Amino acid sequence: MSEAKVVGNPSANKKILDIKNLDISFQTNAGTIHAIRGVNLDLCKGETVAIVGESGSGKSVTMKAVMGLLDSNATVNSGEILYTYTDEKGQEATVDLLKLPKKQLRQNFNGQRIAMVFQDPMTSLDPTMTIGKQIMESMFLHLQMDKEAAKARALELLELVGIPDAEKRFKNYPHQLSGGMRQRVVIAIALSANPDILICDEPTTALDVTIQARILELIMEIQQKMGLSVVYITHDLGVVAKVADYVDVMYAGKIVEVGNVNEIFFEPKHPYTWGLLSAMPDLETDDDRLYSIPGSPPNLLREPKGDAFAARNQFALAIDEKAEPPLFQISPTHWAATWLLHPDAPKVEMPPELVARLARARKEAEKYL
Amino acid sequence: MSEINLKEPLLQVQNLVQHFPISRSFTVKAVNGVSFYIRPGETYGLVGESGSGKTTIGRSVIRLYNPTGGQMLFQGQDITGKLDGKTREMLRKDMQMIFQDPMASLNPRKKVEDIIGEGLEIHHIGASKQERQALIGDMLKKVGLSPEHAARYPHQFSGGQRQRVGIARALIMNPKLIIADECISALDVSIQAQVVNLMRDIQEETHCAYLFIAHDLSMVKYISDRIGVLHLGYMVESGTKEEIFSNPVHPYTKSLLSAIPHPNPEVEKRRKAITYDYASSGLDYAAGTEHNVGGTHTVLGTDEDIRRWQKQ
Repeated sequence: MSEAKVVGNPSANKKILDIKNLDISFQTNAGTIHAIRGVNLDLCKGETVAIVGESGSGKSVTMKAVMGLLDSNATVNSGEILYTYTDEKGQEATVDLLKLPKKQLRQNFNGQRIAMVFQDPMTSLDPTMTIGKQIMESMFLHLQMDKEAAKARALELLELVGIPDAEKRFKNYPHQLSGGMRQRVVIAIALSANPDILICDEPTTALDVTIQARILELIMEIQQKMGLSVVYITHDLGVVAKVADYVDVMYAGKIVEVGNVNEIFFEPKHPYTWGLLSAMPDLETDDDRLYSIPGSPPNLLREPKGDAFAARNQFALAIDEKAEPPLFQISPTHWAATWLLHPDAPKVEMPPELVARLARARKEAEKYL
Repeated sequence: MSEINLKEPLLQVQNLVQHFPISRSFTVKAVNGVSFYIRPGETYGLVGESGSGKTTIGRSVIRLYNPTGGQMLFQGQDITGKLDGKTREMLRKDMQMIFQDPMASLNPRKKVEDIIGEGLEIHHIGASKQERQALIGDMLKKVGLSPEHAARYPHQFSGGQRQRVGIARALIMNPKLIIADECISALDVSIQAQVVNLMRDIQEETHCAYLFIAHDLSMVKYISDRIGVLHLGYMVESGTKEEIFSNPVHPYTKSLLSAIPHPNPEVEKRRKAITYDYASSGLDYAAGTEHNVGGTHTVLGTDEDIRRWQKQ
């Protein structure tokens, strides 16, 4: 049951990234932190997957493992990350990114085939280099372009990401640009070597709502133009609703619910997903109190016994203390790890606030259908 | 003083101007003539993009800055110019602030009881150490921590708990007005709801007023009674939350509201945000005056602008 591979999408799209049973721990002064406890995740060509969860749930660590950017105190205990691509000779190849030597990973995969956009555009840009130089850098490295060609392409990219006066901006330093513009530059750098996969780690958290919407629309536009597959790491459900095809909800190093975006937003099954959805007020929320998930995430220094979410779950059953729930299948694309879905479990209703909320959301959605 | 007068505003800000001279030829004009008032026990939300001056206003009101111009009345007393000792004491006691980053705003070398109790000691509240400790213990309970936490250091807490310590530090002085500057932005979604609920409970109990500064509009709408929309240091629109959200007049407010992410995939995937660019909009905020468009709803603009916007 739990070993059953979650098939992201039964459609024809080819799977290009397949994370299987990933398990990672960190050695710290306080002891061993078991941060990722068996994560399965896949990404198909041209699709967008969003990983949602609180800080410390392991969403960033999972994607850092894909990029080979894990800190030196991390140990990969088991699992594989299979990446399928078309190599230089036009043949399809599949590699396990965890087994590749670092050097090869840096030379042939990072930046070139799998690129990443980080949260804070100020710290991910070099303050001592002009932005033009930073965009061209990866083209020299990965595509062996000469300077003229690289510059032409850099200007093209700057225009693609919506920076006016590309020629002028080319010679600017990062501090001369606003936050939104800087994030556009970071996206341009990520796109410079024509990657297959773009990983966005909280790309808009540091930005304002107005700019956030524009950046997300920009990434979606580019995705359609270039057939990119995108992974979003975020805790903002508004962002998820806008961009994602599939959603993975992570809690304490495990994926607790996965489904397509409509299933997660309209028919969530896991109590943690219920909590996340209810905790964020929508514009019609006028309840006296916001629903909140009590307590805080577990400390993974100690291996949680049973269901890691049980302590914060008002719907927890006796079995949650003893055994970890497997992933139960709800639909071909929708899976959730909660004992509430077991045939013998008592019938549990969602919190009334959320029921009202979902009804509102469905009604609103109907207007658009 | 303890009588709550609902008619008299608790805080009245008139034409606040806050400029920061950088060099002889360059001055950052962060706030350019902003007026608003807060009544006792109500929550006033300030929204706007980064650089719109919302944090600056909060810091000017609590006098972390010296305002360049304008007048601020707090409990009927002028708190604008040089403060005399008495006014200063009143201001420091009755107005408190909760900061954005709970780790950066708590001294890592102090125990929680010393952080929370510092104000008590300075203002000689509580006759003895025991009495103060009892007050601190009560306060910790009120914000959902336990009195045993008093002997711990900030790093031993999680983000949400740290923010509770920040709230306890503000509340222990029994303030009339709390300035909450992006106090939930650094917290996780599930923890945000806990802190917002706590702030509401405390308001019900103590009738303190909040100046709630945030960029998350759905949270601002949830917690605020009235809202002011700031852009480039001007208050472009102000009114009750119903007035602002159901009938936005100013194009900037419209664009801001259109950018709120809806946690609804069907809606969100089809929606395009309205863009607004001051430079190309042809508006001049400095030329505009405040127009009342019904109720307490005011909009900044010239007569002609307002007429045009209302027709739309």
